[in-house]
Amino acid sequence: MKEKEPKILAFLCNWCSYAGADLAGVSRIQYPPNIRVVRVPCSSRVNPLFILKALQEGIDGVLVAGCHPGDCHYISGNYVARRKFAIIKSLLEYIGIEKDRVQFAWISAAEGARFAQVVKEVTEKVRRLGPAKKLVKSEES
Amino acid sequence: MQDVQKKIREEARNLLAARKVDLVIGFEKGTIPCRTSPVFVHKEDDVGKLVWNSFCEMNLATYLTKIDKNKKVAVVAKGCDSRSIVALLVEGQVKREKITVIGIPCQGMVDRRKIERKVEGEILEAEEENGKILVKGSSFEKVFKKEDYLYSSCRVCKHRNPSIYDILIGEKVKENTQVDEYADVIEYEKKSPDERWQYFEKEIGRCIRCYACRQACPTCYCEECFVDSSNPKWIDKGVDLSDLAIWHIIRAYHQAGRCVDCGSCERACPMQINLRFLTRKINKEVKDYFNFEAGLDPATPPPLATFSVEDRQDFIDSGEGVKETKL
Repeated sequence: MKEKEPKILAFLCNWCSYAGADLAGVSRIQYPPNIRVVRVPCSSRVNPLFILKALQEGIDGVLVAGCHPGDCHYISGNYVARRKFAIIKSLLEYIGIEKDRVQFAWISAAEGARFAQVVKEVTEKVRRLGPAKKLVKSEES
Repeated sequence: MQDVQKKIREEARNLLAARKVDLVIGFEKGTIPCRTSPVFVHKEDDVGKLVWNSFCEMNLATYLTKIDKNKKVAVVAKGCDSRSIVALLVEGQVKREKITVIGIPCQGMVDRRKIERKVEGEILEAEEENGKILVKGSSFEKVFKKEDYLYSSCRVCKHRNPSIYDILIGEKVKENTQVDEYADVIEYEKKSPDERWQYFEKEIGRCIRCYACRQACPTCYCEECFVDSSNPKWIDKGVDLSDLAIWHIIRAYHQAGRCVDCGSCERACPMQINLRFLTRKINKEVKDYFNFEAGLDPATPPPLATFSVEDRQDFIDSGEGVKETKL
């Protein structure tokens, strides 16, 4: 049987990373089709619960991307988000979730090529981990 | 112990008599030995109900968010209770001028389950004297040394003296600065991811979703908890392992920069799940990342409500060193 393609959920902030993805698109840069994009107003909109929920519903990897520090449309959203992510990331690793299941990146609106590069790297890392098993909701319930 | 109890009653009587407070929250004798329960004293005549012993394990700060915020309340507070009160003050949940903190330097509380395991049969009576606990049953009579039977949270406690108080009862005690509070967390981090997951699964797999941990916690005061929300319904109500895992991960995460490690959640747990192993990891990270400990200073904002430009971001792909190719 052919290896199952990993599914990756990407939370992209409206002002930078989503525009970066758009730039990659209009520039016709190729990147893996494994990501599903959720546009969020700011990276600080991403509640760690969203990440866990995605993993529970069978997503193999999560990427959260926002503006570079200092570039936030809402001035400080990504700084606040950075603190949240630091805590949830180390907690998830602590309980034994693989390090690369949940990844974070800063991607600006001008970084179309970098967006493609990040998606490539994230997809590769998640592919190496194989399908997510921990936290996934069992079928029968 | 007896002195402290006498003084608590005295202070409570004075406060109530002078109409300085409407209510005193303290501990009363439990209905079974080795236990106390919270008591709400409204009248001077009832101050005799107040007790102080080594089984005053609840965190009374929990009740401050559950009663009328305009009432003037005095609360009996150990080190951890007072830190929880500070955490609530910082978050604007209680008004400082409405609260009178009766601070009591604490020597640690006794884990009755540890004692119960050492005796055969039911404990019918328990007495305390000079750091010794005397328990009696129908066929036994045993003496235990208090300091050998403390709660695990009390063993690693570094803040035995109240961080804020209006009235201090008894002498301040020496802080236990030598203890390495995160030794076992560091030990746990060294295990492989699969071993860690196995332990996590084993612990939280026993959860019956009674939410006693949440109810006992002073900083779990949300009017609607994410787990009770039906729209959006974040997680199912059953005991599927993934639902249990998410509940416990998020419960611990919500404690970031707020948990004072009083151990109330763990004591309230009927399944005796090791809940502190999650919250303490978070406390450790908050200390490492933001150099913050909850409940020590009413003037410092909670770490997750603020930020610093200098915060660590080694876990984020920031693209540094990578040059953007011109399109």
